[in-house]
Amino acid sequence: MPTSLVVNGRRHETDLPPDMPLLWVLRDELGLPGTKYGCGVGACGACTVHVAGRAVRACQVALADVQGSVTTIEGLGTPERPAPIQEEWIRHQVAQCGYCQSGQIMQAAALLAENPTPDDDAIDTAMAGNLCRCGTYSRIRAAIHAAARRMQGG
Amino acid sequence: MAFGVYQARRNLPNPLVAGPGEAVLNPWLIIAGDGRITIITPRAEMGQGVQTTLAALVAEELDADWQQITALHGPAAQVYYNGVLIGLGLPFRDYALKRWQARVQKATDFLPRMMGMQVTGGSTSMRDGFEKMRLAGATARETLKLAAAQRLGLPAETLHTESGRVIAPDGRSLSYGELAGEAAAIPPPDGVALRPPARWKYLGRAMPRTDMVAKCTGTAEFGIDIRLPGMKFATVRMNPARTGMKGFDATAAKAMPGVERIVDLGDGIAVVASNTWLAMQAADAVEIEWEPPAWPPDSAGLEAMITAALDDSPNSHLRDDGDAAGQLARPPAGARLVEAEYRVPWLAHATMEPMNATALLEGDRLTIWSPNQAPLIAREKAAATLDLDEENVTVNTTFLGGGFGRRGEFDFTVLAARVAAAMPGVPVKVTWSREEDMTHDFYRPAAAARMRGLVADGTALALEARVAAPSVSRQASMRLAGLAPPGPDKGHVEGIFDQPYAIPHYSVYGHLADLALPVGFWRSVANSFNGFFHECFIDELAHAAGRDPLQFRLDLIRPAHAPSAMLLERLREMAGWSGRTPEGVGRGVALTYSFGTPVAEVVELRDSPRGIRVHEAWITVDPGTALDPGIIRAQMESGLIFGLSAAIHGQITFAGGAAEQRNFPDYELLRMHTTPKIHVDILENNKGPDGNAIGGTGEPGTPPAMPAIANALFDLTGRRARRLPLAGDFDFAV
Repeated sequence: MPTSLVVNGRRHETDLPPDMPLLWVLRDELGLPGTKYGCGVGACGACTVHVAGRAVRACQVALADVQGSVTTIEGLGTPERPAPIQEEWIRHQVAQCGYCQSGQIMQAAALLAENPTPDDDAIDTAMAGNLCRCGTYSRIRAAIHAAARRMQGG
Repeated sequence: MAFGVYQARRNLPNPLVAGPGEAVLNPWLIIAGDGRITIITPRAEMGQGVQTTLAALVAEELDADWQQITALHGPAAQVYYNGVLIGLGLPFRDYALKRWQARVQKATDFLPRMMGMQVTGGSTSMRDGFEKMRLAGATARETLKLAAAQRLGLPAETLHTESGRVIAPDGRSLSYGELAGEAAAIPPPDGVALRPPARWKYLGRAMPRTDMVAKCTGTAEFGIDIRLPGMKFATVRMNPARTGMKGFDATAAKAMPGVERIVDLGDGIAVVASNTWLAMQAADAVEIEWEPPAWPPDSAGLEAMITAALDDSPNSHLRDDGDAAGQLARPPAGARLVEAEYRVPWLAHATMEPMNATALLEGDRLTIWSPNQAPLIAREKAAATLDLDEENVTVNTTFLGGGFGRRGEFDFTVLAARVAAAMPGVPVKVTWSREEDMTHDFYRPAAAARMRGLVADGTALALEARVAAPSVSRQASMRLAGLAPPGPDKGHVEGIFDQPYAIPHYSVYGHLADLALPVGFWRSVANSFNGFFHECFIDELAHAAGRDPLQFRLDLIRPAHAPSAMLLERLREMAGWSGRTPEGVGRGVALTYSFGTPVAEVVELRDSPRGIRVHEAWITVDPGTALDPGIIRAQMESGLIFGLSAAIHGQITFAGGAAEQRNFPDYELLRMHTTPKIHVDILENNKGPDGNAIGGTGEPGTPPAMPAIANALFDLTGRRARRLPLAGDFDFAV
């Protein structure tokens, strides 16, 4: 099915099955591997991206249901010009294996867009669906708080 | 001695080839004309930070500018063998290591060298690399000084190095980039001395990780991210019982658009398609009839085999201090007998990145891209499977999205090679579904322990432990070399025969269950169950003796190993341990000495309206020398969380010969809101017999977490947890 899709500000014309999950469209068809496959059932958060500014599990969104522009980790920032939240992730040396971190960062970025000053409970609620097998949770929390302070100009 | 090691190593071929404008100084170092320094860190980066610290070891002696460094896995090559792998497997107790034992360990270096064991495992990377990597940096530095001396017409002794430059007394300086070409042609000097820790600039500090920027921007390339021109996407469905396939019907799958090929692998099928999702959809649509397993098909039958092993005669008796059997048969007057049995379940690794590998067969040449912990083994096995010369097989190691021992196996790499063999000339990426990953693991074995002890006068008089489980070492050795290792199976009783307790009558028996169900190295291996058995039972002894469990341990540990006693004292201070907790709060303590490193932990639980919460945890660790405290802290937190996830939730059960847990909804882990606040302190007293010991840190944080939480549950509820996972018997908040 011909579909037009805007990802990280670029328009892509695709001809793919309408029920193909956005995750695999991004990874295999558009060559954006930063979004990760972890479970395929929306249970780990590794594939979190933004659709119209909201954090979604890309493995659970069919191509036909994508309403709005998509932002992936690659669209958030680059190694040369990381977004402020990525800079805090780097400053706090959050990642270990790093596989879940694209999803963690995208989830946290959506949280901060909605709630610029989240407390620990708000962070817990927002991040509850993002698994990290290496257990980087405490550094993730610290990086989110630091990014929030930074967005407040503090 | 150091020089001797380096000389011996130099005889192995250097696999590095200089690119345009580059110079290769040794197998660990490439310097480009523009000053960029590439350090080959030939251990798998799976999150433990190994590339950063291995690179720091080289950079420290090289006086390299950290900003100019790139760390790479490099090629698979014999020169990158892990020299301590065999020696550390000898049945010595590390806490009481004698000088002669340390020498025997070192003398085994030739074995992994001969066997080409380029393996990341056993928390050995720093122990193997500590001298080797610094020598690589120091020797290169001296060679660069010789090159500068020639250019400047000055004696090399008058020159010094700083931030990637050789500097003359008159202030003239040359960059390493300018000198590298000439330096590569100069024979490296012999006997270069290594700097004392007091002069270290990078080591001993929390360095910015070399992989951090890539991992925070989605640009780190994991195995699953490999993309090659013309590449096809595939997935597999294999027999979970690892036996054959009676037959399959792929009619429906073949008709699905985008499906290019169904490959009959004999013991399963692969679907090759134009994207991974199509391949997975089609693989699900294949109807397959499997051969039955060669082991009892369900959990009860498997557990019965372990119980039978426990009742059978032992296969090892690696601790036999005093006369535990005699004491237990005829306890002295006033002594109290304590008996308990413990059981733990099978566990999956559940790395966040599912198993995968990519392969391309061109004529008689095979190229592999694999997130793996043992590239030479992967190469050998892939070559043997496809009947190719090993020299014609290239293995590229990518980042690993978690390893924890799972990626030391070669099954997923060989499987990619087999699929690629059906598609000559076409690169094929084989990605397992999460379900395939979880049902085709090499599981942490289920295990059982029968413990007996005597307490008298407030201390432990005797402890007898019997541990039964299938043998990870034997299975791994059979897979690798087709033979079982000789001698007693240390790997089966580590964490219980080698603990630093001065109990006068102390006896540990290993009982091996003969089970074919695939088991493998799971972060901390047998320490992951033996730590639980030992430290839960020590807690039971302490309570039977009417003592505070921390003080009871301290009194037994102090005469055996002073650094471990210091860890417990520091832990008591950090956690504010008083031995008393208010209503609704429970605390437990545990200490496990594993991989050369003692780790002590206190876990605090609190009742809440939603169930029991893990509220806070304190960790003290002593690796002897802390090369990167930032990474060590991260590994301690990581190890604790890995252990708590297993203790509370982890279990794989079997029905019909296959694991019943298939995806994360069935295999819960700790999450942001169920992870406690964690405090870590690092001590450096555990220096070993030669005063320069260095312990592992990737695994030792895991074992004490499980008994610490079980002991905290006893403090909270008055009920002993003798069986994992705890969520089966206790109401945890999720």
